[in-house]
Amino acid sequence: MNRLNVLEAGESLENVTLSPVSRMDLIKYAGASGDYNPIHTIDEEAERAGLPGIIAHGMWTMGNLAKLFTPYYEEGFIQDYKIRFQGMVRLDDVITLQATLADKTDQHLHFDVAAANQEGKHVIKGTVVFSQYE
Amino acid sequence: MLSHVIGKKSNPVKNAVERGAVKKFAEAIGDLHPIFVCEETGKQSRYNNNIAPPTFPRVFEYGTIEELELPAKGLIHGEETFHYERPLIVGEEINCYAEVKDYYERKGKSGEMGFLLLKRYGEDLDGQLIFTEEQVVIITEAVRKEMMV
Repeated sequence: MNRLNVLEAGESLENVTLSPVSRMDLIKYAGASGDYNPIHTIDEEAERAGLPGIIAHGMWTMGNLAKLFTPYYEEGFIQDYKIRFQGMVRLDDVITLQATLADKTDQHLHFDVAAANQEGKHVIKGTVVFSQYE
Repeated sequence: MLSHVIGKKSNPVKNAVERGAVKKFAEAIGDLHPIFVCEETGKQSRYNNNIAPPTFPRVFEYGTIEELELPAKGLIHGEETFHYERPLIVGEEINCYAEVKDYYERKGKSGEMGFLLLKRYGEDLDGQLIFTEEQVVIITEAVRKEMMV
């Protein structure tokens, strides 16, 4: 699909499934974002924090999810992007990105968005309001 | 425990939307799209330049809020909201600051939890708002006890 505004309420963008989460993904995100909280990169620190192992930065998943909208910046931009972090993303998890148009007005496209793991559980969930240019 | 910092703001810090930082960030979220990284694509776009991904403001510095001392470990990120007036343009300079919007405590499954609402702002050099970022940080009972020592 080349344009977002041909979508009707209830229709979805094509899902994107990411490669299994790797330690290198999280090391790269730590470096690029400046978030060096060691529960995302160092096993011992994650275990000390009571976690089953290192977990992805919530913002890594949120950053990934936004790319469903990247091809459409000529017709508009993400005006509002709201996410609730609901579950942990662990190494080797396979994350699928989803966006469904909930509602549209002349100017705004309201999407329900989520990232689900290989068990179908939503690890993050929220909304995107895409503002269209005239 | 943190109610006394509600309403406090940091002093603005000037940041640049650096081309190299945008590329590194786009790569880290698996989104090396030409609108973010290809100069030619940027020039031909409606923005006449490259733009930054919507979660890029994590990279900026927002200054220090007096009396708000949070531990480096043990915080839980509950919710995150970005609002944009327009996308961030590669190369532009912006002023960034942060504010404590709210703090409250609730009883949860793992004891008394603290909820801290932080709001961050990015403005152009004329003071026009470009984006806000709101973050709900959950402070568990275990971490709260350490903070009170």
